[in-house]
Amino acid sequence: MLEPSPVLSVAATLAVFAAARALHRKTRFFLLNPVLLSVAVLIAVLSLTRVPYESYMKGGQVFSFFLAPAVVALGLPLYRQLRRLSRASLPILASTAAGSLVGVLSAVLPAGLLGASPALLASLAPKSVTTPIAIGVSEVLGGLPPLTAAVVIGTGILGAVLGPPFLRAIGVRSPTAFGLAMGAAAHGIGTARALEEGEEAGAASGLALGVNGALTALAAPWLLKLALSLLGLS
Amino acid sequence: MIPGLAILFCFLAVGEAASGLARLPVPGSVLGMLLLAASLRLGLLPAESVQAAADALLDNLSLLFVPAGVGLMLYFGLPARDWWALLAALVPGTFLVLAAVGWLEQLLERPAARKG
Repeated sequence: MLEPSPVLSVAATLAVFAAARALHRKTRFFLLNPVLLSVAVLIAVLSLTRVPYESYMKGGQVFSFFLAPAVVALGLPLYRQLRRLSRASLPILASTAAGSLVGVLSAVLPAGLLGASPALLASLAPKSVTTPIAIGVSEVLGGLPPLTAAVVIGTGILGAVLGPPFLRAIGVRSPTAFGLAMGAAAHGIGTARALEEGEEAGAASGLALGVNGALTALAAPWLLKLALSLLGLS
Repeated sequence: MIPGLAILFCFLAVGEAASGLARLPVPGSVLGMLLLAASLRLGLLPAESVQAAADALLDNLSLLFVPAGVGLMLYFGLPARDWWALLAALVPGTFLVLAAVGWLEQLLERPAARKG
């Protein structure tokens, strides 16, 4: 088994991401999303060189560490958009609450119909919320937190890549609606994508990430119970 | 940029302490975000003080998710049955949330915009 130095992991991550972003900026092709592309290339490299994920993460965790202060930094666009957003606080709260409800039920019901175990269902329930909240929810519900972390990342990449063309196709034009949808469906990765559309969408997305996370954390135990009884599992 | 980073980490520390002490269901980073927006609104610190640091982090937010995303490789070996359940949970659900939130917000904000 190979043990690369943490420095090499950091260098590889930076180089692959820089190349992926340059390619995306040049082609503007949505499937060449920088996160999706970088993750795919790095997984391929690690698999081919037989480097285990844990060894890669000795360097990779440097990036993950800065996720928490980056979420705090979302307070700046939020502040700049505060006046506009607070005028429409009721619609924002209502649509984000709907997102939280749909998020949990639309994850648990189809998986339950396909025969997923209760532990798998509990791991899937918080798929649309930001990782630290999702892990906490998964633990409380009896899920598998590492699986939840992977599911959350998968959802985020899916939403960041396909969300913008989908929202445009279904006629969502308002930047606030666009941002809220991206933040509620695809948490931080969706917010990173929403920021590229402008500060209005980015601030709304960061707000949705927080509100959706809090509401889901509070409601998930009841929503999971509701879903299990609908499925006839409890 | 360094003073700004220090400020962001201070808000994160306060957010984490508050989240832990009050046993809130929200992580410290989200509380820190709300506290930062509130402090800027109340004029406790100028927006310029965190501008450079916040821009540096937010302009590269996607990069910060890459190593966590590479963790997906740990689950490639899941049994096929679990994979179908995972895909059924992730794919339609993500589009449903996008549509529900996007449409509802757009529907509700129109009358408000007309009034104002």
